[in-house]
Amino acid sequence: MTKSPEEEHPRKAFGWAARDSSGILSPFNFSRRENGDDDVTIKILYCGVCHSDLHCAKNEWGFTNYPVVPGHEIVGIVTKTGKNVTKFKEGDQVGVGVLVGSCRKCECCQQDLENYCPRCIFTYSATYHDGTKTYGGYSNMVVVDQHFVLQFPDNLPPDSGAPLLCAGITVYSPMKYYGMTEPGKHLGVAGLGGLGHIAVKFGKAFGLKVTVISSSPSKKNEAIDRLGADAFLLSSDPAQIKAALGTMDFIIDTVSAVHPLAPLLALLKLNGKLITVGLPNKPLELPIFPLAMGRRLVGGSNFGGLKETQEMLDFCANHNITSDIELIRMEDINTAYERLAKSDVRYRFVIDVENSLSQ
Amino acid sequence: MAKRHEEEHPRKAFGWAARDSSGLLSPFHFSRRETGEKDVRFKVLYCGICHSDLHMVKNEWGSSTYPLVPGHEIVGVVTEVGSKVQKFKVGDKVGVGCMVGACRSCDSCANDLENYCPKMILTYSATYYDGTTTYGGYSDVMVAEEHFVVRIPDNLPLDAGAPLLCAGITVYSPLKYFGLDKPGLHVGIVGLGGLGHVAVKFAKAMGVKVTVISTSPNKKKEAIEHLGADSFLVSRDQDEMKAAMSTMDGIIDTVSAVHPLLPLICLLKPHGKLVMVGAPEKPLELPVFPLLIGRKIVAGSGIGGMKETQEMIDFAAKHNITSDVEVIPVDYVNTAMERLLKSDVRYRFVIDIANTLKPPSS
Repeated sequence: MTKSPEEEHPRKAFGWAARDSSGILSPFNFSRRENGDDDVTIKILYCGVCHSDLHCAKNEWGFTNYPVVPGHEIVGIVTKTGKNVTKFKEGDQVGVGVLVGSCRKCECCQQDLENYCPRCIFTYSATYHDGTKTYGGYSNMVVVDQHFVLQFPDNLPPDSGAPLLCAGITVYSPMKYYGMTEPGKHLGVAGLGGLGHIAVKFGKAFGLKVTVISSSPSKKNEAIDRLGADAFLLSSDPAQIKAALGTMDFIIDTVSAVHPLAPLLALLKLNGKLITVGLPNKPLELPIFPLAMGRRLVGGSNFGGLKETQEMLDFCANHNITSDIELIRMEDINTAYERLAKSDVRYRFVIDVENSLSQ
Repeated sequence: MAKRHEEEHPRKAFGWAARDSSGLLSPFHFSRRETGEKDVRFKVLYCGICHSDLHMVKNEWGSSTYPLVPGHEIVGVVTEVGSKVQKFKVGDKVGVGCMVGACRSCDSCANDLENYCPKMILTYSATYYDGTTTYGGYSDVMVAEEHFVVRIPDNLPLDAGAPLLCAGITVYSPLKYFGLDKPGLHVGIVGLGGLGHVAVKFAKAMGVKVTVISTSPNKKKEAIEHLGADSFLVSRDQDEMKAAMSTMDGIIDTVSAVHPLLPLICLLKPHGKLVMVGAPEKPLELPVFPLLIGRKIVAGSGIGGMKETQEMIDFAAKHNITSDVEVIPVDYVNTAMERLLKSDVRYRFVIDIANTLKPPSS
């Protein structure tokens, strides 16, 4: 007989979970494993609310394992370390992102690309090495193998830095991999939400010219005055699109709804790259002519490996890059989810776990 | 009206043209310009029939101007050169492919990528610098600016070499650009037609392991025994496709019909590249999940620049790579087009212009 979540492991834990595909979260008693030799126990201070949390809570991708405790943008303080742990000590400020495990042996793992390991283990709703379910950061504490724990730089605010652990790496990784770090090149950022607003900040830090491409005219001032984008393109305005044809070296497409690719492809120069990091739940239409006529490509990218995530955090610390957040209490999470579904947030909710999560 | 084409330019020419979107070709008297100071004039010996010719004679892309003389896989012997021509002399064996002009000043042109120049001029059914229509290689003579002419090495047969000028460069360019030319890599070639069969030969010559992916099981023997592919996958066989998942570094997709991309994306290893060189006229479905999960790309590529086209011809000559051709007389061309539509050719028709293109006796 499978043990209940409270009895599964020896250490009591508390969080909020969704029980079914309504996605509504409520208090949840469960348990965490003993701190193993390679493990770090973390008291959670803050957890960012990623759109993936919402998709998963509502089983929109079809593989949610209920009850699910979401949250993979976790910042906290180390309270215990196993005897093999060398990188961290009690009191350190640390982060945990999208992964808590991988096979550690395959080609991808060997190349610090744990995120592409076919056996990578997600921070929540996945199965750990010991066969038990993983629970995420909408909780008071978490136990993680040191390899999957990140040093959280001292000068990075833990609340506004938390979203970097997913949103940040999700745009940083493709920007590096696809060569978007050459100063002077022109980057388009499609979609100005949790991912998009950080992509703008990274783009400016890399010395790129940045154009925000959005369907919401109201985001123009925001994009230019506050986030520092160089230009704003309203995607529904054919005249604006026409004027910008063939002007961009890259586009990061953060839009997760189904949307047409043809106008975005047309914005690219020769050899231009459209990199999609959003996850629409249906295939997109891909016209081949614009690909062939300009030797353009559409590429994917999926968050990042641990080494690169650490590199990204350090980069943010050096350049004072954080997410723009709205801090919320745990009990407001369901309202936050409703607002997130309508993109009514600038630009990430972060749960003040330490001060609002109580049994 | 009929006289207009004959009088447009000072030198007579003869070929076969389509008059309307029925695509039917018939004898056509027209004219070519005088040999300018940078021009090379040559007697056409052979011209390959590219599937694009079929699309164009039927105006399937909406850009055709009639009368239309197709043909952009043209080989022949130089008969005249302009005073400023340095690379060619009378008697040289030469070829012209898909382009006869470009702006020569943009970034693409400066980087030997004339094929991506926004003002690139196609060999046929396009407008030349002088405002006149360009006519292709289903004709007795060709005039082209030296820059857009390639030398055909002596050891390359002209008939079997002609298709390299479009089919050859179309697959050679992406194999190089996307890094799929390194020995030991595993590349899939989708579609075994005019482009696909040449892609197999090039990839093998580059030391790459090649798997042909096709809907036709009866092409297997051909692919392996005749073309030298290492293996063959029937794309409709789910078990075969599943067994080959995540095994390929890259795939060159030559199929021009609408077809599913998901099974091909799944064949790629993580960080693999699917390169489209066929031109379906409708958009394809792009599943985003597998692209993200494996950090894979779907890219396009279109012919190649002049420098690379010459490089490709020289590579083919060095490795004895030619197209597999069915040489036909020009009056077979309409039948050839019908057969081409059904992919009933192994693997390129080539018109024997020199021996069969003659004006009807008046």
